[in-house]
Amino acid sequence: MYTDIQLKNISTQVRRDIVRMVSQAGSGHPGGSMSSADFLTFLFFEEMNHDPATWDRSAKGFDAFILSAGHTSPVYYSLLARTGYFPVPELGEFRHYGSRLQGHPSVDKGLPGVFQPSGSLGQGLSAAAGIALGKKLDGDPGRVFVMCGDGESEEGQIWEAGIFAAHHGLDNLVAMTDWNNQQIDGTVESVGGLGDLEAKWKAFGWEVIVADGHDFDAIRAAFAKARELDGKGRPVMILFHTDMGHGVDFMSGTCAWHGKAPSADQCAEALWQLGETPLGDY
Amino acid sequence: MKKYIDTGKKDTRSGFGAGLLEAGRRNPAVVALTADLKGSLKMGDFAKEFPDRYIQCGIAEANMVGVAAGLALTGKIPFAGSFAEFISGRVYDQVRQEVAYGHTNVKLASSHAGITLGEDGATHQTMEDIALMRALPGMVVINPCDYNQTKAATIAAAKYDGPVYLRFGRPGVPNFTNPDEPFEIGKAYVMNEGTDVTVFACGHLVWEALKAAEALEDEGVSVEVVNIATIKPLDEEAVLASVRKTRTAVVAEEHNSAGGLGELIAGVLAANEPLPLEFINGGDRFGQTGTPAALMQAYGLDAAHIVEAVRRAVARKR
Repeated sequence: MYTDIQLKNISTQVRRDIVRMVSQAGSGHPGGSMSSADFLTFLFFEEMNHDPATWDRSAKGFDAFILSAGHTSPVYYSLLARTGYFPVPELGEFRHYGSRLQGHPSVDKGLPGVFQPSGSLGQGLSAAAGIALGKKLDGDPGRVFVMCGDGESEEGQIWEAGIFAAHHGLDNLVAMTDWNNQQIDGTVESVGGLGDLEAKWKAFGWEVIVADGHDFDAIRAAFAKARELDGKGRPVMILFHTDMGHGVDFMSGTCAWHGKAPSADQCAEALWQLGETPLGDY
Repeated sequence: MKKYIDTGKKDTRSGFGAGLLEAGRRNPAVVALTADLKGSLKMGDFAKEFPDRYIQCGIAEANMVGVAAGLALTGKIPFAGSFAEFISGRVYDQVRQEVAYGHTNVKLASSHAGITLGEDGATHQTMEDIALMRALPGMVVINPCDYNQTKAATIAAAKYDGPVYLRFGRPGVPNFTNPDEPFEIGKAYVMNEGTDVTVFACGHLVWEALKAAEALEDEGVSVEVVNIATIKPLDEEAVLASVRKTRTAVVAEEHNSAGGLGELIAGVLAANEPLPLEFINGGDRFGQTGTPAALMQAYGLDAAHIVEAVRRAVARKR
């Protein structure tokens, strides 16, 4: 088990990876990657039953993770590399021509750890529900995790999948929403008016857990609760309250860094703010 | 000319239902999904025999396509079925990302395709779906001609590893192909050998082409009829072999002109064997309410129109 301090070190390194990858590529999506970095670090390092050595797209016998909000590929790629799916230095190829690290997650170049392409929003929850249903049909005890954005939840298909997963009792499905209240054109409330997500998901027949997505004690408690609910008849939604661009003051709490790359100077400033970690940069 | 016996009118969607049941019996990985159209898609027998492998998705086609992709990852062979418009145009981006780009082993069961859906009218009559599905890299597009061939094609689709768009129809139509002939994906079937002109046809238009060939035989015109049951990948070799013999052709399809079988074959001929080509299709317009037979006639998709097109094609021979 990782201590909170170890987890904090890892998520800080993941944020360093995100800032460096996006800055070096000159494009990409740092904001949502940084808001989801803490709870996804916990998921990949602590919660999920997975083994990069035996991984394949079938997810047989282990847990699966789908990134529905595909634009947050930097956090995904960093975590896949840092948990051993592919060499950490490959992060430097993010968004390069011919790279396995496509702008949005892709399977056609065979990047280990990626189950499905994503980027066109609102679709990952359905794919995750399909994997969860397949596991149930096979009596496979593995769980399926999926991360959606809050802005992404304006897509109607998210709610179609919500109805489906509850109707079919997919209690091996754990969805997470990165509730940072930011999207490209402004705050989620000003753009899409999602309202009370907790009440909405409850009304859709889901178990709903709300937690601070940057506090490892709260994250640990939320996943422990989700684990207790495994096999209890309902899918689980964890709504993580987060802060867009978390960890770097000038990127924090604004939609400005949804899809913008830091300049070299801004990158240096961001890395200085984040501080170095024992894991080291790629 | 080769005689085909209509063994009695049967809908091709029932051929799908029978093929699905047979595929399900042969392989426990086969599962069926529908968006509130179990009866229309003739999935009832499968659902009865394999209740655990029948997945009702409700009226939510976009989600159904994603669920099918997820099931395919776990090793299932999902047939996701709806009306053609709702499993192609309505969910195009879902099919593109989750099925084609993700290269998942999903079979899109597309029923009530074309104008012969009939009385429900244009909202439900897609004449654009072949174009949409052809445009997706790696997508196999199949449009069998009758009940027997649709059943065989369904079984073949279950065996094939990769995305398939399987297009069939609503009304009862002549059933005339050999029920014991297995379906080969990517093969064009020469239904009748001829020397003066080729008619390439798919789906319901194959029977119309055969009727046209019969009528023209009396005029002394020898018509080769080729059933393009797999539109993608196209059997280019068979297409070229036929036109190299006949030197002129007609392409007949229950689909609009843009992106259909006609444009596909025109491209192959232009690149390899520039020869006269005439087209039987819905043109560039929407459908409307009517009986299937009345609509086929009104939209120029019946045997009588094929006869006229053949005469034009023969007249243009150099």
